[in-house]
Amino acid sequence: MKDILQQLEAQRQEARMGGGEKRIAAQHSKGKLTARERIELLLDEGSFEEFDMFVAHRCVDFGMQASRPMGDGVVTGWGTINGRVVYVFSQDFTVMGGSVSETHAAKICKIMDMAIQNGAPVIGLNDSGGARIQEGVASLAAYGEVFQRNITASGVVPQISVIMGPCAGGAVYSPAMTDFIFMVKDSSYMFVTGPDVVKTVTNEQVTAEELGGALTHTRKSSVADAAFENDVEALIEVRRLVDLLPLNNREKPPVRPFFDDPARLEPSLDTLIPDNPNTPYDMKELILKIADEGDFYELQEEFAKNIITGFIRLEGRTVGVVANQPMVLAGCLDIDSSRKGARFVRFCDAFEIPILTLVDVPGFLPGTGQEYAGVIKHGAKLLYAYGEATVPKVTVITRKAYGGAYVVMASKHLRSDFNYAWPTAEIAVMGAKGAVEILYRSELGDAEKTAARIAEYEERFANPFVAAEKGFIDEVIMPQSTRKRVARAFASLRNKSDKMPWKKHDNIPL
Amino acid sequence: MFKKILIANRGEIACRVIKTARKMGIATVAVYSDADRHALHVQMADEAIHIGPAPANQSYIVIDKIMDAIRQSGAEAVHPGYGFLSENMKFAEALAKEGVAFIGPPAGAIEAMGDKITSKKLAQEAGVSTVPGYMGLISDADEAVKISAEIGYPVMIKASAGGGGKGMRIAWNDDEAREGFQSSKNEAASSFGDDRIFIEKFVTQPRHIEIQVLADSHGNTVYLHERECSIQRRNQKVIEEAPSPFLDEATRKAMGEQACALAAAVGYTSAGTVEFIVDGERNFYFLEMNTRLQVEHPVTELITGVDLVEQMIRVAAGEKLPFTQSDLKINGWAIESRLYAEDPYRNFLPSIGRLTRYRPPAEIAEATRAVRNDTGVYEGGEISMYYDPMIAKLCTWAPTRDTAVEEMRLALDEFEVEGIGHNLPFLSAVMDHPRFASGNITTAFIAEEYPEGFEGAALPEDLLKRVAACACAMNRVAEIRRARVSGRMDNHERVVGTDWVVNLGGNSYSASIKADREGATVTLDGSDYRVTSDWLPGQPLARLTVNGTPLVMKVARQPGGYRLRLRGADLKVRVFSPRQAELAALMPEKLPPDTSKLLLCPMPGMVVSIAVEEGQEVYEGQALATIEAMKMENILRAERKGKVAKINVAAGDSLAVDEIIMEFEG
Repeated sequence: MKDILQQLEAQRQEARMGGGEKRIAAQHSKGKLTARERIELLLDEGSFEEFDMFVAHRCVDFGMQASRPMGDGVVTGWGTINGRVVYVFSQDFTVMGGSVSETHAAKICKIMDMAIQNGAPVIGLNDSGGARIQEGVASLAAYGEVFQRNITASGVVPQISVIMGPCAGGAVYSPAMTDFIFMVKDSSYMFVTGPDVVKTVTNEQVTAEELGGALTHTRKSSVADAAFENDVEALIEVRRLVDLLPLNNREKPPVRPFFDDPARLEPSLDTLIPDNPNTPYDMKELILKIADEGDFYELQEEFAKNIITGFIRLEGRTVGVVANQPMVLAGCLDIDSSRKGARFVRFCDAFEIPILTLVDVPGFLPGTGQEYAGVIKHGAKLLYAYGEATVPKVTVITRKAYGGAYVVMASKHLRSDFNYAWPTAEIAVMGAKGAVEILYRSELGDAEKTAARIAEYEERFANPFVAAEKGFIDEVIMPQSTRKRVARAFASLRNKSDKMPWKKHDNIPL
Repeated sequence: MFKKILIANRGEIACRVIKTARKMGIATVAVYSDADRHALHVQMADEAIHIGPAPANQSYIVIDKIMDAIRQSGAEAVHPGYGFLSENMKFAEALAKEGVAFIGPPAGAIEAMGDKITSKKLAQEAGVSTVPGYMGLISDADEAVKISAEIGYPVMIKASAGGGGKGMRIAWNDDEAREGFQSSKNEAASSFGDDRIFIEKFVTQPRHIEIQVLADSHGNTVYLHERECSIQRRNQKVIEEAPSPFLDEATRKAMGEQACALAAAVGYTSAGTVEFIVDGERNFYFLEMNTRLQVEHPVTELITGVDLVEQMIRVAAGEKLPFTQSDLKINGWAIESRLYAEDPYRNFLPSIGRLTRYRPPAEIAEATRAVRNDTGVYEGGEISMYYDPMIAKLCTWAPTRDTAVEEMRLALDEFEVEGIGHNLPFLSAVMDHPRFASGNITTAFIAEEYPEGFEGAALPEDLLKRVAACACAMNRVAEIRRARVSGRMDNHERVVGTDWVVNLGGNSYSASIKADREGATVTLDGSDYRVTSDWLPGQPLARLTVNGTPLVMKVARQPGGYRLRLRGADLKVRVFSPRQAELAALMPEKLPPDTSKLLLCPMPGMVVSIAVEEGQEVYEGQALATIEAMKMENILRAERKGKVAKINVAAGDSLAVDEIIMEFEG
């Protein structure tokens, strides 16, 4: 009996060594941790239970039968993050470059199936050279199996991808369909076709880092939601994100003890809006002063900075925040910001996370660049997402809410539950100057008259009261009491139930 | 007594005056410019009158506008504060003409002390010690030697037309005087075309020590002892204290009496300050007299118990001083730290913008300690570029210098200021500087001790360990809270460990922690640290005690860990489990990016224009871009010759600090 037990331990020991000491050292020398080390950092200490440790590939072509390492290049299983269940797979670059075989993919599919059935998030740590070419179409089919599960799991359990090494070719489409993608600076990259192919086909010279590194995907492509300095930091921050997310779509977002008075007043917010309506201010200050403990988990921070998205907690409960940022492009909506906002709103709605919207929007960005690229359809995404969302929605208009953009930003007309305005709010079809130029075109030659008309228009519309008269604004609130009012509003909405008519699925303007 | 006074000033000093006036039951009138519409002094005063655009030369120092405000409000007297019109004779005369009392000295005294040469002459006549020197023409080297010997070495030989150190020599003996005279003369002739030379005493190890005087219109003049103001940066006072750690009783008395003699000689009334330069042998020499309330007057108030503003108002109303010289004793020690909106990490560049957080330490007045903060700003207020960058004066008082310094250390650590760059870390660093602690300071202290500028204080090992122990204790509380999130598996909860590794300031400490009801004991490298605190996760300020000694720090979250700020240091802190620490050690050290090939935006602002194109060669000093911040256009220039490789922004873009404007070829 004892011998048999020892044999198990020896087998495990061998499996845990992955590709062996030399390859582990090589992995470390690249500033990367091994698949198992990463899991140790991601999960609560000692909570990981590994599945399919002894699985080996079944390929017999190209002499593959000679080497059948245990685990087949991916470590899978489950564990806990602060005591809550998550499923995880972590590709092992030290074993055949983490390449995806039929069995490798089957291991991933197994835990994904369990995650969907048992209602717990899936976290994938990607570090793979790509398909295992020796297996040919079997490897492609394997990818397909994983993709299908990403799609099935979408909106059922949160899916998080952390790119911690190469992720190229078809492999990128698995993370692409997950809810969040994080990257590690300098040691990860993602692209559909690599620099060599790019060179051959288009004659473009580009490095892997420029083509698909963390900075490219956080700043230019918006493929990644955030980038971190190294593996350790990335995994610590993923734990923080998981603390904010519900385990599945049937559960409410998590609650944790909080040490911040929900009724905390912030007198400094009474001076946040500058005297000059064209002077920008930092909307993040408002977010931080509303949030429990000033804690904000921002997503897509480096992309489309004219809109801010991320999670805060109110009374210990997760709330998604979408806010216009007057510091960038005056906070106007454009293609990128609409897409960024829409995807975030839809995530929140899918997972019962209430949405707080902070509005200071002068309209949509004009120009051929926007129109040719389809701002009509892209802008509609955000509109659609808000209108479709049935989670608790609270909106605060701080300053401008002009034109169509006013309607888009979680207005009363899109079934928002509480629509607050600060006394500084201006809810109008457009700015006073623009309105006067249309309404009093004939008087434009007369500067004095025009100025008087502008003043008249401002007097009438540059305030929240016209909208409040019509019931589009539920209440005009003091800036300093925003946290208190918003927290209370969400508290009152905890049992909200709203539905859409039955449909197979919607047809969002993609 | 007056029923209503107007304060012809702004900022902290206006607030300071309003406080005393209110205590005395006098109504107050504030004046304000466009930029100060929402300022604290406007909110504090009983009434406020708008006097014009933001620039001071269109508002605060326009006599006519102040006179209009006086007429409009019916104020009977005016307190000018410091700066602005406080030493303006014409203003004093204009008030006199309208029969409005000036809460300050008579116009004649302002005039007499306003001119350097006249004031020095008057001082000499009043028997005040002045820097010995010879102002007449010196014909040859022999005469120079004779005069130098009379003055006493060391002497400074200076060109009359001199400047920037040219034509200046220090001589310690006859030979050097002879040689110095000749070379100064030659250099002066060639540099300025004017070879006139004069000689004066060279003051070694100079300290700036000043005497506070107070005089009434009944012929009484007293001195309220000295203030030491040697900690200066480019002639800007930074830290002051009273008394001076350097003066003995005899010197103090001599300086005080001479100061009073000078005040009496010019018919001075109200509060005034006689500034002296004091050398290493306690020889003191008259510099000038400031005919107004000084910025640093609170330290005098703290050690004498006299409200100087109150006495100024009473004197202006014709009252007699309620005390005589023998009543004025020195009680304990007071220190003042001036909080400037200047970024010490950017060579003290003025910083403007919104105060997103401003929480000064609580003011305390107890038998054994006091904390006082004179300020003119508030959280959510705006620091504008139009006025003095000083935003607060933090003072502490305690029975001895050491205890007053310790109070100041804690008070600085408690002071929360965010949104702008400020010199709090620098002030903390000075408080912890051994030379400052020794009291062996001169006006060259900052230049000598921080020749390369300031890059944050390096904390001593024992303090780092105490901070590490605190971080460990705070992290434990934070981790336990995290492990209490809802939705966890029953009976299989995460157990928060007791062994940790704290990384901070480039050091790594193994720690184990044992918590109980009252606090936690952290064992770090074999020593126990008892940490108690009421800190809760998410609070930005932590007040702790470590082995009974208080420690205060600012706490913020940072990716992967915490940012802790205290005692002039800004620390990135990671608290790892032993296994995490082992793996973290494998992570490569990433060097901060090389920014020498980049033009970074030095302040948040908007791009007005870009003056160059990609591929263009630029020379040193060439204008590259114009950034508008707070309605001010700032031209950014090339630091060296180079070629523009890439321009990342366009006119109209809003930029954050350190955003890349353009890149240069390598």
